[in-house]
Amino acid sequence: MTMQSVAGDVSGAEVIEGRSLWQDAKRRFLKNKAAVVSAFVFLFLCIFAFFGQFLSQYDRETIDFTLMGANAYKGVPSFETGHYFGVDSDGRDLYARTVQGLRISIMIGIVGSLVAGIVGTLYGATAGYLGGRVDGIMMRTVDVLMSIPFMFVLILMLVMFGRSITILFIGVGLISWLDMSRIVRGQTLSIKNKEFVEAAVAIGVSPAKIILRHIVPNLIGVVVVYMSLLVPTMILTESFISFLGLGVQEPNTSLGALLNRGAGALQSGVTTWQFYFPLTVFIVLLFALFFIGDGLRDALDPKDR
Amino acid sequence: MFSFIVRRLAVAVPTLLILIILSFMLMFAAPGGPFLSERPPPQQVLDNLNAKYGLDQPYLKQIFDYVVNVVFYFDFGPSFQYRDRTVNDVIAQGFPVTLTYGFWSFVVALIVGIGLGIAAAIKHNTWLDYLAVGVSIGAEMLPNFILAPILLLTFTLALGWLPGGGWNGGEWQYMVMPIIALSTSYMASIARITRASMIEVMNSNFIRTAKAKGLPMRTVIFRHALKPSLLPILSFIGPAFVAMVTGSFVVDSFFSTGGIGVFFVNAAFNRDYAVMMGLTILVGSMTIIFSLIVDILYAWIDPKIRY
Amino acid sequence: MTKLLEVEDLTVTFRTGDGDVNAVNGLSFDIDEGETLAIVGESGSGKSQTAFATMGLLARNGRASGQVRFDGTDLLSLSQAKMNKMRSEKVAMIFQDPMTSLNPYMRISDQMAEVLTLHKGLSKRDAIAEAARMLDAVRIPDARARITMYPHEFSGGMRQRIMIAMALLCQPRLLIADEPTTALDVTVQAQIMSLLGTIRDDFGTAVILITHDLGIVADFCDRTLVMYGGQIMEEGATTDVFAAPAHPYTKGLLRAVPRLDRDDDVLQTIAGEPPDMSRLPAGCPFSPRCDIVRPECTATRPAQEAFPPERRRACHAPLTEVTS
Repeated sequence: MTMQSVAGDVSGAEVIEGRSLWQDAKRRFLKNKAAVVSAFVFLFLCIFAFFGQFLSQYDRETIDFTLMGANAYKGVPSFETGHYFGVDSDGRDLYARTVQGLRISIMIGIVGSLVAGIVGTLYGATAGYLGGRVDGIMMRTVDVLMSIPFMFVLILMLVMFGRSITILFIGVGLISWLDMSRIVRGQTLSIKNKEFVEAAVAIGVSPAKIILRHIVPNLIGVVVVYMSLLVPTMILTESFISFLGLGVQEPNTSLGALLNRGAGALQSGVTTWQFYFPLTVFIVLLFALFFIGDGLRDALDPKDR
Repeated sequence: MFSFIVRRLAVAVPTLLILIILSFMLMFAAPGGPFLSERPPPQQVLDNLNAKYGLDQPYLKQIFDYVVNVVFYFDFGPSFQYRDRTVNDVIAQGFPVTLTYGFWSFVVALIVGIGLGIAAAIKHNTWLDYLAVGVSIGAEMLPNFILAPILLLTFTLALGWLPGGGWNGGEWQYMVMPIIALSTSYMASIARITRASMIEVMNSNFIRTAKAKGLPMRTVIFRHALKPSLLPILSFIGPAFVAMVTGSFVVDSFFSTGGIGVFFVNAAFNRDYAVMMGLTILVGSMTIIFSLIVDILYAWIDPKIRY
Repeated sequence: MTKLLEVEDLTVTFRTGDGDVNAVNGLSFDIDEGETLAIVGESGSGKSQTAFATMGLLARNGRASGQVRFDGTDLLSLSQAKMNKMRSEKVAMIFQDPMTSLNPYMRISDQMAEVLTLHKGLSKRDAIAEAARMLDAVRIPDARARITMYPHEFSGGMRQRIMIAMALLCQPRLLIADEPTTALDVTVQAQIMSLLGTIRDDFGTAVILITHDLGIVADFCDRTLVMYGGQIMEEGATTDVFAAPAHPYTKGLLRAVPRLDRDDDVLQTIAGEPPDMSRLPAGCPFSPRCDIVRPECTATRPAQEAFPPERRRACHAPLTEVTS
């Protein structure tokens, strides 16, 4: 105490430059090799998902009746026939189907976490900023919604409103914002007592503006981390639903639906490639997303600073 | 403590009611009634069906009757799909199966997960730690709908050790794969949480005090570090327990175990709202009840929380 | 005759991501039965790590070399089991932060009783009775009833009393107090220090008091050892060191103590920052902040020189220049 030197002393070996949060985070992220490699892998998968179909002469719907009921001799993966991943039991090109399945999975992951992120952030920031009784009611509502068995309700919705990808998007996105809103609310509670918010209140800025201009920008770090972690969860949920046959409907497909059919073919002992190709893509995708999320968390988590 | 329980109940009970009413309203909101399919039956038949299931009554009366039946008589009404079975029959048939392998999955996940987590934390930064972390990351990423086919491929198709599906009155050979498939990801989460909190606790000041007292490492870990390390798990295992004992759609449909999951999925395909709602409410109420129990346990274990 | 504790050439090294860091660098000192020694220094001077090394409580990535002999046995080479026998029974320690140093999930009675059941083989009931007597001795009111409470039901000062009582249960011959009052209010600080004084006199325990607060050293300790950058700066009887500091660092420290009898306009400080242990200068660690620094100070480490009465110091500047 008495011995601490007064004031900032610049005689130290290095002068600390003012670095913004994002520059700092970028530096940390780039140091994390697994995350950087994963980011490239993910980029590659995205390119594959959106442009991969141009590499193949087949589309995902056309049934090749000569190859129907693929087995160990018929419709095997081969470069000569152009069926890189073989064909599925209905004689459709598995490569084209995998490309499309991956596209749906990536889209549902990103759109789902965007919906969750936006809804959760606005809800949590509002509850946290307004506080008091409003906060109590809003968070109690979240508690109530959280104790509803989400998978059951999602399936219930899919059955009642028809099995469409739109319902799946909405259902998954609408339920997954709950965690987000809790995290954001906690952060908001600490931000709202900062001077810059008090200053804004003092000069009469409206609550809605304060939330959008002052609170939300300061939450971006947490929100980005949490959203990146949500992407694989979204993909898993969609795949799960599709695996049960309740998600994306034929002739469209998703990785979950492909895995379902592949597993069926495996169980009946017909083919193995129908399982392995989607499985490989699926696992690579999930691991890449996991490490990206992990890298972002390390880069942006304020705990370490 | 008592008032805390009362207050928690004051939230739990309305939640349950909301759950029931919500699922009922979803049914009304659905386009077309439950009996609408590609080829609608004649109007006469439809009217008869609606009358039989009470669907011709006003909505409010229907909801009221349903709630009264569920809450006071534990009666979920007749199934829409099977003419001579009630939802209760379905539950009575499927739930014991689900409970059995679900419970064992929970036990396995808890014991293996905590054991692995503690071992990794104590041997922090050794090969054992890295192995445990690697296994948990992999296992958390592998959803059971991938694990199940892989298990089948290994133990049934390649090795021929275990039957590929069925239940057979709960013989152990039939339970192994369902239990592994169901418990693995929970086990991994439990291991990860245990490890993280154990490492944090082992670095805390009161553990340093315990060491300074000359207690052997075993005592330090089991008497001083274990309880605080396990507290974070408690809030995880409540929902996990419910999720496991209510089984898994994947396990039930992939291994044909005959648990409630398969009934739910079938009901979903056949628009059997009665079964779906019954099972949703059953699982929902279990979730709510167990999270209540966990909260009470938490308050009991942690002396700092006194409500 | 051997001293109670002899520390010889103690070096504590931490393996970090940026290479090895020496927190303590060739430190030697000793303490007699019943004596009180103060180890004084800023944060990061290695004083706490000296204590942890003695107790065998270094963090995982830390290693101690040299010798720490208690009653002739080298503590650093003892097996874990034998070291556990020494702790509490022969050497006990109390820590800086009483708020977090007690297990929040165990009753005080259990935390205290386990020391006695382990080391003295008492039954649980006898152990708790003995523990309650010890709480009485550290003046915790209504000890018999309050012993079954949890730590969070006590204030910071009370918790530090409990820590002291717990450390004294086996009547150790040496008590290491690592900044025992830093986290407490000033009024409570005085109570704890006077309690430590009484305990020392009543039980005849030798005490090593680790602190950065020179104010409490003056009334409490027989001898004072000043550390900086993991090395010894000077050592001697407390009265001598205070009356005639033989090292510029000690002088700076004494100047920095706020005093009422002097009419200071500004709080005196030592310019510069506490040392970065991973980048110590080649010469004297204090040289970057020293106001009488000489060319040789930055190049070579000053050797320790002994001078009367029973003092030693490590400084290139002649004694007369410093004391003048």
